[in-house]
Amino acid sequence: MSADKQNASRKAGTDPKRKSRGKEKAAKKRGAKGKLFTPDRLFILAPSPHKYTNESVPRIMWSVVGAVIPAAAMAVVYFGWRAFWMMVACVIAALVSEALINLLKGERWTVLDGSAAITGLLLALTLPPAFSIVGGALGAVFAILIGKQVFGGLGYNIFNPALLGRAFLQASFPVAMTTWTLPHTARYAAVDAVTAATPLGQFKFEKVMTDLGPLLTGNVGGSLGETSAIAILIGGMYLLIRRYADWRIPTSFLGTVFLLGGIFWLVNPQSYPNPLFQLLSGGLLFGAFFMATDMVTSPVTTRGAWIFGIGAGVILIVIRLYGGLPEGVMYSILLMNAFTPLINRYTRPAVFGEVRA
Amino acid sequence: MNFPTFKKGIHPSDYKELTNKKPVEALPLPEDVYIPVQQHIGAPAEPLVKRGEEVKTGQIIARSDQYVSGTIHASVTGKVKAVGEFLHPLGAKALMVHIRRTGKDDWELLDIPDDWKTAPLDRLNALIREAGIVGLGGAAFPTHVKLQPPAEKTVDSFILNGAECEPYLTADHRIMVERTERILTGMQIIMKILGVQNGYIGIEDNKPDAIRALRQVVREKDLGYTVMPLETKYPQGAEKMLIHSVLGRKVPTGGLPMDVGVVVNNVGTALAVAEAITEGKPLIQRVVTVTGDGIREPKNVRARIGTPFGNLIEFAGGLKDETVQVFMGGPMMGHAQYDLSVPVVKASGGIICSGEKRVQRFESYPCIQCGACVRACPMNLVPTRLAKLAEMKHLDALDAWGVVNCIECGSCAFVCPSHIPLVQWIRVGKFRLSEQKSQQAA
Repeated sequence: MSADKQNASRKAGTDPKRKSRGKEKAAKKRGAKGKLFTPDRLFILAPSPHKYTNESVPRIMWSVVGAVIPAAAMAVVYFGWRAFWMMVACVIAALVSEALINLLKGERWTVLDGSAAITGLLLALTLPPAFSIVGGALGAVFAILIGKQVFGGLGYNIFNPALLGRAFLQASFPVAMTTWTLPHTARYAAVDAVTAATPLGQFKFEKVMTDLGPLLTGNVGGSLGETSAIAILIGGMYLLIRRYADWRIPTSFLGTVFLLGGIFWLVNPQSYPNPLFQLLSGGLLFGAFFMATDMVTSPVTTRGAWIFGIGAGVILIVIRLYGGLPEGVMYSILLMNAFTPLINRYTRPAVFGEVRA
Repeated sequence: MNFPTFKKGIHPSDYKELTNKKPVEALPLPEDVYIPVQQHIGAPAEPLVKRGEEVKTGQIIARSDQYVSGTIHASVTGKVKAVGEFLHPLGAKALMVHIRRTGKDDWELLDIPDDWKTAPLDRLNALIREAGIVGLGGAAFPTHVKLQPPAEKTVDSFILNGAECEPYLTADHRIMVERTERILTGMQIIMKILGVQNGYIGIEDNKPDAIRALRQVVREKDLGYTVMPLETKYPQGAEKMLIHSVLGRKVPTGGLPMDVGVVVNNVGTALAVAEAITEGKPLIQRVVTVTGDGIREPKNVRARIGTPFGNLIEFAGGLKDETVQVFMGGPMMGHAQYDLSVPVVKASGGIICSGEKRVQRFESYPCIQCGACVRACPMNLVPTRLAKLAEMKHLDALDAWGVVNCIECGSCAFVCPSHIPLVQWIRVGKFRLSEQKSQQAA
């Protein structure tokens, strides 16, 4: 916390230090004039309300970590222990970077609040299975230092740190970041590593459709955590039920992709994939449930959440169908992140009883 | 069952079981009372008594010529010990009349008509003013002003507010069960003065016995009022929320309930009206819920206005050893106290004592834009933005984002996972804005 912030919460009376100062004041007053009902103790003073929720930022962050676990587990199932070590490396790199900044800024210890851990974990799950583990850790360092701390730390970053880390790796190692291997469960011969295109790549460059079955279970090529639709949905539903993610964002994001993709498919089923394939392939589900719903970088207003999701959906379809890349989830979310402050500003809800001209 | 309600809001745990089955007990008359001359919204009343004067229970000791003001009465029979500054439960010192009780409880009653049903309306409303009746739900707005809406406003409905949405408080609940008939008489008088036919009684569905009791008396006396159970949700009892829940009407921003043809009064106020008009008793006592995990025997107590908190706390068995916080009112909008010599005022609905366990201490995290406050705000504001704008003193933007509409219910601060003092910052913002406006006006 900066000095300013500390002052702020002190003025408003939630800072514990303030409470003890209030006590001293009260004690002085009493000393001046003995009163009939002067209590035999010092009371805690604070402005109302005097009751608060038990929710907290660490609880939210660690719950998101929990929600990602099914997808992470499937990554290990499909891509082996290397996937596990990738996650460990990214999380540790993120935590160490966070700790370093804490030390440099001399601020409150935020390493264990879960926010750095989730950044590292999410980044790891967006990397190709054969990507260098050192490279992944480097991305996590970038995500925390440049993606988050440069802006002022938790709550102040404009872009989703994990996605910014991935964008950094994509720019730095374009070949390694687009080299995919099949899950070992999907390999036919006893070959150690088989490079293969992702379902989206296959469609874009070879016009080969992947069946929906493997897309649901995740037995296809792709980034570590993005392949298994079922695992992602389990975690995503958990987040929605606990209200740790705004349901409007995945709904509008996925809905836009489905509708827009569906229109293209109806017009020309030969050159455009069907909308279900659009939904289940690539990183869309993973992005829609775990990246786009990042509270810090998505709008706070309800109308804003709809706009955010629809915007991301449109950008994604444009990139997938007309861009040079087969996949565009990362860029669609990052671009909408940039619009979030603007969206917040122009979607002020009508106040109760307000009549809008 | 789904009862009518308003949008958004919160569901704090209510702890009402501590006192909701306990009949109201009368507090023994205190030796000393400290009666503030301002216990209402509007002009302060001027003290009419001097040190050494003898006063009777119910005698007027302060009043104002201003229309929007309240009349203040002595609440015990005794001698004025002092007219001076004493500690007030709202924090600062305030002008009060200190009366020491001498022996008996002699009442000076109001001059009431034989039958209120035939009395002229002007006289009834003048009596309500004379009796010093103000809104007992917490805002303490003078009732006689509410009951005489300007001629250009047409009022067609009256809502009796029995929501009592603040956790812990059961004072309204108990009087609805115990004084059902009197409350409905008060409602009849109020509706007669207003000249309206449609009467509604809004109660949260966590008070089934009160709903039953009111329904029964309404049926027996054939009053035709609608007793309407509402979802138990905070802030159901806030005037604008209640009107929306009961009638589906939205009070326009900056407007008053009468702009949508409604007047709302608290059940305690209706009881006070009945006691004034039919028994001639001015408002000198009220029911206070003394509760919390920090008090030995939680109770509903009828106390004279001006009784020090300490008397009520002693009557309820005293504070426990671990008690570290005492506040007046409910936990969502109440005021923390540091001295128990402060008096019960007309707006005191409860005295809540908390042990160390119930006191929540937090270090604030930065805002993570989760939108929980936006989803909780019953006024449909964006609290996180208002708090930031208040902090940065962007007063024009603060105005544009509607800060003045905040009812300060505290729902935003309650739900914030970062434990940012949102409503507290919004108060700061409102204050800064009004400061700027008065400077510009000057």
